[in-house]
Amino acid sequence: MIDLVNRSVRAIPNWVIYVAGAVPVIWLYVRGFQNALGPDPVDVIERNLGLWALWLLIAGLCVTPLQRTTPLRLIKLRRPIGVLAFFYVLVHFLTWLVLDVQIPSQIIADIIKRPYVTVGMVSLVLLLPLAVTSNNWSIRKLGGRWRKLHQLVYPAVALAGVHMVMQAKGFQLEPLVYLAVIALLIAMRWMPLSAFRQAFVKR
Amino acid sequence: MANRWRNTLTSDDVTPEAMFLNRRQMMAGAAALGLGLSGSPLRAAGLEPNSFEDITSYNNYYEFGTGKDDPSRNAGQLTTDPWTIKIDGMVQKPGNYALSDLVPQMTIEERIYRLRCVEAWSMVVPWNGFELADLLDLVGVKSGAKYVAFETVLRPEEMPGTRFPVLDWPYREGLRLDEARHPLTLLATGIYGKPMPNQNGAPIRLVVPWKYGFKYAKSISRITLTDKQPPTSWNMANAREYGFYSNVNPEVAHPRWSQATERRIGAGLFAKREPTLMFNGYDEVASLYQGMDLRKNF
Repeated sequence: MIDLVNRSVRAIPNWVIYVAGAVPVIWLYVRGFQNALGPDPVDVIERNLGLWALWLLIAGLCVTPLQRTTPLRLIKLRRPIGVLAFFYVLVHFLTWLVLDVQIPSQIIADIIKRPYVTVGMVSLVLLLPLAVTSNNWSIRKLGGRWRKLHQLVYPAVALAGVHMVMQAKGFQLEPLVYLAVIALLIAMRWMPLSAFRQAFVKR
Repeated sequence: MANRWRNTLTSDDVTPEAMFLNRRQMMAGAAALGLGLSGSPLRAAGLEPNSFEDITSYNNYYEFGTGKDDPSRNAGQLTTDPWTIKIDGMVQKPGNYALSDLVPQMTIEERIYRLRCVEAWSMVVPWNGFELADLLDLVGVKSGAKYVAFETVLRPEEMPGTRFPVLDWPYREGLRLDEARHPLTLLATGIYGKPMPNQNGAPIRLVVPWKYGFKYAKSISRITLTDKQPPTSWNMANAREYGFYSNVNPEVAHPRWSQATERRIGAGLFAKREPTLMFNGYDEVASLYQGMDLRKNF
């Protein structure tokens, strides 16, 4: 089973993943143009893109722990997941900017004065250099520094989770669950995982 | 009594629902073609009501979930008949009042009001209801009473959202007595001439058009007259963000977003933000707050 998953992952060309990953964004906007997203289409687009971006960021963080604890080899997916996550974050941000806030002076005021916007914005800025260097040429060029640079993904995803918690009204469970999952996935980078792995292999 | 407040518009100005929906399709089509068709005079006055569909599918009613479409999906299970309101505190005739006895004694009017949510979106709703002042007169307010407290029904078996402490249930709201007595303040029992849909706070809810929407307590099961400012749910949850008064005020920002502008619900993907008006445009209430610092008493 796992072998089959590993082999299929290897078999899928990257461009297929990118195209498939972009479809939900295009679909969302098509539905928006058709006036089919309900009374408040801007809110629906904004929320969904933000949520999907967070899912992708979390998925990206899962790849390495899975590799270390199970025989699953999904490393090939890590770059497409990361690049797509950035794409979702970017469209989420542009939707907020162009369709929601609209007024340039208010956009700047919001980024500076509203902590949840500030936090989201910092996360986007941290992800930018990672998206730009997600190619073989950059890996060669940067050498050992590439790995260091890409550790920025931890604060970036953590801040994305905080951003979601901060935008919620009242005491809501869902954002806190995401934040806990992110915290765990990051903590796993420093946890001795050999115990997990042995348990898995024995079974 | 009643009819103390006069709308500048009559029910003749309300676009018939079917025509309204057609017109919206036409406008959407025209917008898609890039035609700059100007709106009707009602639109210019900001008082073209939203469609019944918009009003009943885009709701904040956390007892049924925090998503905007949760109430329309989950509120169907709420039993609204029979319904009694417990009226207690500093009143001459306290008791449990059956809604079926109460409503026939009231003058039901249609009131087309702007609704401004604290989340910086807005709608226009054609409410049906009676003035709260008339109910207060019926039960007799004792001298010394200064506030009116409202409580939303709490039935975890019918309200899935209350199984989790998003807020400290039951939902509580309150008004100062003079605010409660203002002729703009309604207890609404319907929308578009139809009985109040469950997701909008059936069978009876408060409407205070110059305040943010969360002040409009829904599915009211208790009204208490008191001499002390009553605790209110959102203020209890986050006093920094939600004040007791919560009058619509473009100059006092919510800590997380500006209140200077609003997005009109139902206006489509490319709707322009509109400026928010002081007291949501209901300047006639300004005298209630004379001499008060509305930045402090937000």
